[in-house]
Amino acid sequence: MAVLKASDKTLSVRPSRRARRENLAAYAFLSPWLIGVALFLVGPIVASMVLSLTDWNLLYEPSWVGTANYQEMFSGDDRFFWISVGVTLRYAIVAVPLYLVAGLGLALLLNLKLRGMYLFRTILFLPSVLSGVAVAILFATLFNPDAGAINDVLRALGIHDPPRWLSSPTWALPAVIIIGLWGVGGGSIIFLAGLQNINPSLYDAASIDGAGPIARFRHITLPMLSPTLLFVLLTGLIGAFQFFDIAYVLGNGGVGGSGGGMGGSLRFYLLHMWLSGFSDGRFGYASAMAWLLVVVAGLVILVVFRTASRRVFYEEDPEQRG
Amino acid sequence: MTANSPASPADPIIVRRIRRVLGRVLVYALIFLLCSFILLPVAWMLTAALKPDLTPILTMEPEWFPTKYFDWNNFVRILTLESQPFLRFAINTVVLAGFNIVATVASCSLVAFAFARMRFRFSGPLFYLLIITMLIPWQALIIPQFLAFHAIGWYGTYLPLIVPAFGANAFFVFLIRQYMRTIPRELDDAARIDGASWFQIFRHVVLPLSKPVLAVVVVFTFIGRWNDLLGPLLYLNTTNDFTVPIGLANLAGRAGNAQYNLLMAANFLSILPPAVIYFIIQKQLIGGIASVGLKG
Repeated sequence: MAVLKASDKTLSVRPSRRARRENLAAYAFLSPWLIGVALFLVGPIVASMVLSLTDWNLLYEPSWVGTANYQEMFSGDDRFFWISVGVTLRYAIVAVPLYLVAGLGLALLLNLKLRGMYLFRTILFLPSVLSGVAVAILFATLFNPDAGAINDVLRALGIHDPPRWLSSPTWALPAVIIIGLWGVGGGSIIFLAGLQNINPSLYDAASIDGAGPIARFRHITLPMLSPTLLFVLLTGLIGAFQFFDIAYVLGNGGVGGSGGGMGGSLRFYLLHMWLSGFSDGRFGYASAMAWLLVVVAGLVILVVFRTASRRVFYEEDPEQRG
Repeated sequence: MTANSPASPADPIIVRRIRRVLGRVLVYALIFLLCSFILLPVAWMLTAALKPDLTPILTMEPEWFPTKYFDWNNFVRILTLESQPFLRFAINTVVLAGFNIVATVASCSLVAFAFARMRFRFSGPLFYLLIITMLIPWQALIIPQFLAFHAIGWYGTYLPLIVPAFGANAFFVFLIRQYMRTIPRELDDAARIDGASWFQIFRHVVLPLSKPVLAVVVVFTFIGRWNDLLGPLLYLNTTNDFTVPIGLANLAGRAGNAQYNLLMAANFLSILPPAVIYFIIQKQLIGGIASVGLKG
């Protein structure tokens, strides 16, 4: 970033002809993205703010209702709104740290130099390229409470009354979190890449100074990995906010019953928004939900950045000073 | 980083060696357990997919591996199923993915080139904007996007699923930019002295050298499109246009118990393309992610 700012300054001081032409050419190169941001990002955000103040079902002209949609959301008139917030928050609070720790642990394991490691990596990363739909369908059957393989195994282990999983309001969300654990290898690819970017001489130096494995992990691995941790944390949180595919298959038309699982136990925020819009035909209300999600996601990102910025360590990159 | 702790100098050699072997055994046992956790469900899915109709796929003893039944014909049946013709869905999905790949590679490499190699006004703020757009919950914007595409008559066509890809995905721009920064700048300067325009430098110098990262973008785009449920679910309304994930979700929604073998056959086929592609270019994929490095 420092480089880019410096170049800004040179430009404004003496815009030579060549620099002006470069500037123009650069904006030509950037134009697909700039147009895309305007059309598919800024446009929809502004539009959803306006639409959220209306009542609209596509068939009639939208009618202005002021803040009625928001009042409905917050007053509890829409019972499922708070349920969906609760489901999504519980998922975010449990699943995001769990996948973070599991992904990091797995990456540490896969970073060991052992025979056959390439094969193990291949296997463990496999689920992360598979679709949420396929995974949901597979696990809906495995989690069948009466004759699914998972409860068969649990009964064989001596648990006589295993959970009813997706058919139970309490166990549906844990089941979904376990399903996510199956694909945790995706997160560890990123961690593994981060681990392999750490200069090995740091570990050698620490070992010479007498640092044990735990000290090396705490004082070298974690700080060197902190940008990766921040990235995984942020993308994980955003992913939790817009969790959809698995919830749709398990909770909507799919195996688990109608409209977000038993008692709304799988009615994630985005699924509720989707159902409000496309099932109930309430696009104004769904827009209000969308707008709220964008604002909350923005705030969460801001808070995470603020609190993390002091703890994240960026290694000096000589190339950057260029 | 090895799993076994460093032995203190006082430890006899034998103890150290036993510890090392024990550590190895433990690590391998753990890896074996994890691999089973991944592979057993997949093997179970294949077992179920190969069962004939009316054979229960849910059994009291889980059948992890296909031993009794090998109805390979189930795969043919699912591809040509009348209510959900999966061959048709697969072709649709590949066509969609193809257009998306072209649009994504073209737009993202152009934008990445500007960020990686050029000096321009507001490059700093625009780069921040790029990072921010990576973190926007895009799916939250489906409602206004849907209404806009509906208003201009694109509902029920592939256009809403293709045209936005020309708007350059921020994550891929970032990925390509990181890679392009590693290509020596002297090449640009040499080309410029020879009178090359910026576009010529992009097209004939930097782009050919960026092939590895573009391959990663192609694969990510393919896998992303192949797996995408929400987009097609929003915009497609006739069975003939459906994609594989919609077909799967529909099949799961209406499968009577008797059709579970076909559902699992479809499911198994659906995971093959991403799995195979992933096996083939695994190394580049992981390298591609590594190159992101996440340093501003």
